[in-house]
Amino acid sequence: MPILSLLILFPLAAALVTALLPRANASLIKGWAFVAVAIEFALSVYLLTNFVPNTSAMQFVEQYDWVPQFGISYHVGVDGLSFWLVMLTTFLMLIAIPASFSEINDRVKEYFIFFLILEAAMLGVFVALDVFLFYVFWEFSLIPMAFIIGIWGHERRIYAAIKFVLFTMSGSLLMLVAIIVLYFATGARTFDLLELQKTITPATIQPWLFCAFALAFAIKVPMFPLHTWLPDAHVQAPTAGSIILAGVLLKLGAYGFLRYCLTLFPDASREFAPLLIVLAIIGIIYGAMVAAVQKDLKSLVAYSSVSHMGFIILGIFVFSQQAMSGAVLQMVNHGLATGALFLLVGILYERTHTRLIANFGGLQKVIPVYAFFLLVVMFASMGLPGLNGFVGEFLILLGAWSANPMYTVFAAVGVILAAIYLLWAYQRAMQGPVTIEKNKTLPDLTRREFVLLLALVVFIVLIGVFPNFVLNPMQASIGALLNPNAVAGLVK
Amino acid sequence: MPLMLWLIPALPLLGAIINLLVGRRLPRALSSWLAVAFMAAAFGVAVSAVANLVALPPEERVLRETLYEWIGVGVGANSFSVNVAFWLDPLSAVMILVVTGVGTLIHMYAVGYMEHEKDYARFFFAMNLFAFAMLMLVLADNYLLMFLGWEGVGVCSYLLIGFWYDRDNLAVGTDEKFLSPRSSATKAFVVNRIGDFGFTLGIILMFWTFGSLSFAEVFPKAEEMFQIGAPVITVMTLLLFLGATGKSAQIPLFIWLPDAMAGPTPVSALIHAATMVTAGVYMVARSHVLYSLAPTTLTVVAIIGVLTAFIAATIALVQNDLKRVLAYSTVSQLGYMFFALGVGAFGAGIFHLMTHAFFKALLFLGAGAVMHAMNDMIDMRRLGGLRKVMPITFWTFLIGAFALSGFPLFSGFFSKDEILTAGFTSGNIVLWVVGVLTALLTAFYTVRAVILTFGGKPRWKEGEVVHAQDEHAAHGHGERGLHPHEASPVMTIPLMVLALGALFAGYVGLPSVLGANLFGQFLEPVFREPAVEISPTLEWTLIGISTAAALIGIFIALRFYLGDRETPQRLTRYYPWLYRLWSNKYWVDQIYDYVIARPGRWLANAFWTDVDGKIINGAADGLGRAFRNVGQALRSLQDGYARGYALAMLIGIVVVIAIVIMRP
Repeated sequence: MPILSLLILFPLAAALVTALLPRANASLIKGWAFVAVAIEFALSVYLLTNFVPNTSAMQFVEQYDWVPQFGISYHVGVDGLSFWLVMLTTFLMLIAIPASFSEINDRVKEYFIFFLILEAAMLGVFVALDVFLFYVFWEFSLIPMAFIIGIWGHERRIYAAIKFVLFTMSGSLLMLVAIIVLYFATGARTFDLLELQKTITPATIQPWLFCAFALAFAIKVPMFPLHTWLPDAHVQAPTAGSIILAGVLLKLGAYGFLRYCLTLFPDASREFAPLLIVLAIIGIIYGAMVAAVQKDLKSLVAYSSVSHMGFIILGIFVFSQQAMSGAVLQMVNHGLATGALFLLVGILYERTHTRLIANFGGLQKVIPVYAFFLLVVMFASMGLPGLNGFVGEFLILLGAWSANPMYTVFAAVGVILAAIYLLWAYQRAMQGPVTIEKNKTLPDLTRREFVLLLALVVFIVLIGVFPNFVLNPMQASIGALLNPNAVAGLVK
Repeated sequence: MPLMLWLIPALPLLGAIINLLVGRRLPRALSSWLAVAFMAAAFGVAVSAVANLVALPPEERVLRETLYEWIGVGVGANSFSVNVAFWLDPLSAVMILVVTGVGTLIHMYAVGYMEHEKDYARFFFAMNLFAFAMLMLVLADNYLLMFLGWEGVGVCSYLLIGFWYDRDNLAVGTDEKFLSPRSSATKAFVVNRIGDFGFTLGIILMFWTFGSLSFAEVFPKAEEMFQIGAPVITVMTLLLFLGATGKSAQIPLFIWLPDAMAGPTPVSALIHAATMVTAGVYMVARSHVLYSLAPTTLTVVAIIGVLTAFIAATIALVQNDLKRVLAYSTVSQLGYMFFALGVGAFGAGIFHLMTHAFFKALLFLGAGAVMHAMNDMIDMRRLGGLRKVMPITFWTFLIGAFALSGFPLFSGFFSKDEILTAGFTSGNIVLWVVGVLTALLTAFYTVRAVILTFGGKPRWKEGEVVHAQDEHAAHGHGERGLHPHEASPVMTIPLMVLALGALFAGYVGLPSVLGANLFGQFLEPVFREPAVEISPTLEWTLIGISTAAALIGIFIALRFYLGDRETPQRLTRYYPWLYRLWSNKYWVDQIYDYVIARPGRWLANAFWTDVDGKIINGAADGLGRAFRNVGQALRSLQDGYARGYALAMLIGIVVVIAIVIMRP
């Protein structure tokens, strides 16, 4: 079964079907969009049940010629690095689509079409094994998100959308150049990733190409000091846009580092690692500090993403089995926890039409179930043992120590700061007396919202208690990535 | 019989889950007694597990149980693996008995104490969850699982300190300003996080030193690989100790515990006196193999312990709020425990932990009974004369107070004496002197609190209405006038049981001149402490000195507070700076505020508005403007960012050509 092609093509087909539905019938469109992402998720469960964990080899591989004269092929596959990101994408779409049902009532059709196209593009990035194909998907993923922010966003949506596009594109253009240079420089005359990995990129141009790729990825992640598009994009995006932006799109950058920078430019990666690590650690502390003084709850979550993504980059560039496992796991964790946080902020916004913390206060009394979920997700986000965030963060800190204990010491400061900005926000928004009169009658979670949050929290707890079911399948691929010369499939 | 250690934490966890899911729909009695029942069941399993343990010969007293691999990464030399596994030896046996035993009594008391509380299910959910986390902490067979419990108890402490999250100030019938429950909760968690920062780093260093985090591997390897004084062990133990100073409220992180009194009083008894705050003591004692290899760290532990004991005791002297006297007293007594650990007397530290659990839980519950009777008014300046109104509370409180004061033959006497004796024989005479002085202060503030609360004439009037600063603070009492009364049996029975403990728990650890130290012998296989031989004369002398300290303290307090109470006020007038120093708690909170919190906030704001807002966004906008200008000059395309795109492409192509040309 060509499962990966199915995963990419089905959302596109579903988008086409959406386009044919009657515009007037919004609930039909919403219902269909949900059915589509549910089928898509079911398809990805096929991956889950058929994935072989103890090998670093690519699985579910498909390869067809595309532009053979330039060595471009449609080549897709999944290994331990991309496997969970594919699962995360289909799962978060399953959350994001129904999360939009009450918020989006304008141009419903286009909205869901964009989301379905976006899903195909993101999955394409994760499964592509041809650099050119990867680039196509990479750029492709940008457009629907830009429109989602620009059309269905809040007050300053146009500014945010343009900023988002400008930042990401200026990075990816250099990457395109680098891809072309790579094609000529290696002499392999192919864009196939697995073939390119077997060649050695000449040492003279490795740093240049690395920097070009790294810039594109660093903007996407985003790393300090290229992060300022993120708060604007998040604050302005509709809820589902934020969920997918934080949950999946940022991971494209981190995944790019793993899949492309580390394998194509191994020497340059190690050479530049200290720089990236330092920027990552600055991002951890800087993002957390700035998060602490935010007045807008959504902006706070956005800056917390800068901090958390710093951990992931740190985990990638210390070249340790523990830290890299932690980084990949943390990509999943951050997707779940931050996705849940954006969903929670969105739920509150729909009820109050404000995101300012000062406009809340005392809400735990009014909406206790909501407050419970918010607190659980915040604890997950600050790395409480027993919930998912701890395992990833701890493994990253553990691995970083072997590279340089100081990395761990400074990064761990971020763990303290996370408690400050999250709990202080919780205190101001949820505790104390109810300060705004009309907040006294806010309705608690609807059944739909409850089910969505419960689904996220179930996985937050499951991964915290049984992280090995996520960690095991990635071990072989990470081992192979860190030590390409060792025999594949060496894991217990 | 199959070993079922996992059941001990699992039972309260199950209770917590039930109360979380359906508690709000259950009747109050069912919800609360359910929580008590799960605690009692855990106590039952704990007793039977300890019975199994004791049946073994002393040298083999370790029971282990592995459930599954929690986190496993990699293969070979650098592989990391941690199990969810339990470890029961005499040390954890003491801990689980204290946690489930005292815990059950406090849960039962809480049924009565929280009888007017609407949100009872949330309360008992958090209490049971706390018991689960605490039992994980003391039963874990490795440091990471211990850390899970460690953080878990922190979360429950946070939930329970902030239980009355909507109230501003709990002080009733007084003008004292305290931190609101919600601020206290946040403060407690954040301060603990600073300690956990050290704990986490210590664990990581431990893994890279020993390749494992499990007790069974770390301790033998430590003794095998390292000499006494090895720097890596010193660093490791200091980092772990930073964690302990957070959880166990020692200098420099003790500031959160007094504010934690904003929680309901059963919480103060269970979490902030008897169990959670002793986690740091337990952790250091558990790591005694490591600490014994690090004399520098031990000295630090001893100094921090004694210093904390002394400073907290001086603050306790001038507190008006009964619960805060007890809170500072807890900080102080924890300091004694660390003093014991620091001089290598691990058994003595755990002994004091055990007796303290009884008498401090008792004192807190007694204070809670007073609050319950006095519509939550706990300012001792407005109490007095309660001995006649609530005799059971008075007599049990008195027993607890004597135990805390170190009055001869009460439980605290034996444990404190063992610590001071160990301190003396270890040769740290200065520390010992401060310890004895602190014992005097302890006796003084304890008796002062008893007299002000229960003695003399009432400073309140029957039927008087006391107001809270925060209108709805007096939980469930509303505007009713004062009609103090003895607490109901569900509250007094736990008081009486704990009073028995406060009376007799000390007799398991007699000094050698009086009998056998059974407690020390029970822990001997864990700590393998060399028996210190001291002459009976010296031992009697030391007992005499600590007895004298307690009696002098008691005597001064009687002189000061039973009479016209002129002397303390005169002293305050003569030494105003001392009074200000103590009543302002040495300004530690203020120092942290000015040195850390304010500069931090200033810096964060500067990052946000200047670095993000002006520098980075300014540069990006400038770049955008530059593109636009160049684009306008080119006049080739019309769309704003498409021009930037084209230009970037152009630049890119130039770069490519340049690289291709320059390529050798």
